[in-house]
Amino acid sequence: MSDGKNIMRHIISILIENESGALSRVAGLFSARGYNIETLTVAPTEDPSLSRMTILTWGSDEVLEQITKQLNKLIDVVKVVDLSEAAHVERELMLIKVRATGKDREEMKRMADIFRGRIIDVTESTYVIELTGAGSKLDSFISGIDAGLILETVRTGVCGIGRGDRILKV
Amino acid sequence: MMISGAEIVVRCLQEEKVDCVFGYPGGSVLHIYDALFKQDQVKHILVRHEQAAVHAADAFSRSSQRVGVALVTSGPGVTNTVTGIATAYMDSIPMVVLTGQVPSFYIGQDAFQECDTVGITRPCVKHNFLVKDVKDLAVTIKKAFHIAATGRPGPVVVDIPKDITAQMCEFEYPNSIQMRSYNPVAKGHLGQIKKAVQILQEAKRPIIYTGGGVILSDAAQKLTELARKLNFPVTNTLMGLGGYPATDKQFVGMLGMHGTFEANNAMQYSDVILAIGARFDDRVIGNPEHFEQEKRRVIHIDIDPSSISKRVKVDVPIVGNVNDVLEEILKLMDSGFKTDPEVANWWKQIEEWRSRESLRYKQAEHIMPQYVIEKLFEVTGGDAYITSDVGQHQMFAAQYYKFDKPRRWINSGGLGTMGVGLPYGMGVLMANPEAQVACVTGEGSIQMCIQELSTCKQYGFPIKIINLNNGMLGMVRQWQEMFYSKRYSQSYVTSLPDFVKLAEAYGHVGMKIERIEDVEPALRKAFTEHKNDLVFMDFIIDPVANVFPMVSAGKGLTEMILAEDL
Repeated sequence: MSDGKNIMRHIISILIENESGALSRVAGLFSARGYNIETLTVAPTEDPSLSRMTILTWGSDEVLEQITKQLNKLIDVVKVVDLSEAAHVERELMLIKVRATGKDREEMKRMADIFRGRIIDVTESTYVIELTGAGSKLDSFISGIDAGLILETVRTGVCGIGRGDRILKV
Repeated sequence: MMISGAEIVVRCLQEEKVDCVFGYPGGSVLHIYDALFKQDQVKHILVRHEQAAVHAADAFSRSSQRVGVALVTSGPGVTNTVTGIATAYMDSIPMVVLTGQVPSFYIGQDAFQECDTVGITRPCVKHNFLVKDVKDLAVTIKKAFHIAATGRPGPVVVDIPKDITAQMCEFEYPNSIQMRSYNPVAKGHLGQIKKAVQILQEAKRPIIYTGGGVILSDAAQKLTELARKLNFPVTNTLMGLGGYPATDKQFVGMLGMHGTFEANNAMQYSDVILAIGARFDDRVIGNPEHFEQEKRRVIHIDIDPSSISKRVKVDVPIVGNVNDVLEEILKLMDSGFKTDPEVANWWKQIEEWRSRESLRYKQAEHIMPQYVIEKLFEVTGGDAYITSDVGQHQMFAAQYYKFDKPRRWINSGGLGTMGVGLPYGMGVLMANPEAQVACVTGEGSIQMCIQELSTCKQYGFPIKIINLNNGMLGMVRQWQEMFYSKRYSQSYVTSLPDFVKLAEAYGHVGMKIERIEDVEPALRKAFTEHKNDLVFMDFIIDPVANVFPMVSAGKGLTEMILAEDL
């Protein structure tokens, strides 16, 4: 059962007891077993005793099967679902601080508009742009502007939800 | 009535019918030790090193159907237990480890004897807890026992800050526990079981391959019943020994790196594998690519879904408690079940492999280690609890002591922890006070927990230590001989103590056995005249004896080196 075949991108959603150390159990599992985490987001749900975690990972079908099984083995984990198995939506939030002086100032505004971003902080020389979308959209924005103008970026990592009747709940 | 947190801990242990705890006191567990002092229901065994407390608790579980408990203090008390916890975790042994922690208001301040217990133990426990409120204490301990013993068992750590053990609280112990995030399955899927039964009828070259899961779910009886009905060959992993009677003719021996010729061949060339509570690990199937060259169908029964299709693709997965699933299979077999007549030819083939007598060895000028184990088997009537350390002696014990009963073979299979043997003997004796216990070890391993000779004296544990002394770290030496052109880097043990005097210094009986003809009489003497004594038997054995058959690391299961090849 060797790896290295059909490596795919997967979004794993986890409902987990909102206990201290829950995050380290999940993160520790990934590092101990050599699975990779590209992004990880976590926050409490509408039920404050539960947290919802979204992990973006890559792996073959066999590796994903193991990831799901191993996550389910964690005592605090209530439910695990591979969102990318079926219809879902995913979003990521990015805040990006850019230099905005001279002709770049207008250009930056235009780019933000094209990407339906919002400028949420303005100084004489900088903008902070808020951008939401699939990760690939954020990537395109970054590659669409002059790299020399980027002062700082921060991204939340992917969070996602199943479409329609696909509901992850206790 | 309000009682202290420390008293709550002790009351919980009483509620769980725990009658002994292995431990070592220290600052942050002083309240708990005070509460232990005031009662006599829970006996405390004072070890000489925290590692031994955990090993002993682990062996208590392995040799009984109960959950062993260890109690240690914070900081170094905890770090000393990590090897023992990891050992139990790798072999899925239920255990509860209660650890003291610095007062909760000191946590994170690098207080004296503080360590991040939950963080340090997290990767090697089934689960762990830090108790933050005395009101949660009883329910947390209840959860710990529940989690440790159900599903795929494992060790659970409960970290208890000192201030919590001083606070007062009402005590109420829950009868049962419900956890929305933890609901292990028991019953296997009936449809899958039916499929399995069908495949068993079609099998022409079947093998039943069983592991520690059979022992842990107390399914040896069901397994024996099933195997007899099927008349299929049975092989056990190192952890599975005793799950099926080793003296039975259907038993083809242990398989794997040091498995028998017939077991490894039967496994490789089978057309149907019925895998029960085993996990196809690297020491069992060798190179997985080589293993998968043969076409076969695999039925895999395991309580842990993550063990299924992890290393070998499985055709019929059955997730469930082994004992329950075997019962279901047996039920379904009653009506018109028939195995394929071609199985008779398969048995002929197996007998041919068996006739190679791959466990044969030549007597040499020195005592052969295999011979000592054979005599140990005879003298104890095959009925002893055998604990072992890790190395050549462990493999010799596994190969030559024929375990007919479950929970008699107590060793560290997964983690391979040297030093477990002596504390394992202590744990076995606390769970089975009347048992004959022999600790098969070597002069390397025994020195890793030798301080426990003192504990054995204090509590009168009459363990018979079978020290197979070749003056070498034998398994390391064997690999160096075979794969490193005999460059014996650091595998020769010099300045060994005089083990006879050492045993005597601790107040025990010591014997040194150097001649072949003395082996049996010495063993008889130890198990009769010195029945109630700890006897340290220092057998001076052939320094170059090797373990065969052997599948070298990375090789296929049938690419064995046999003693006869050399």
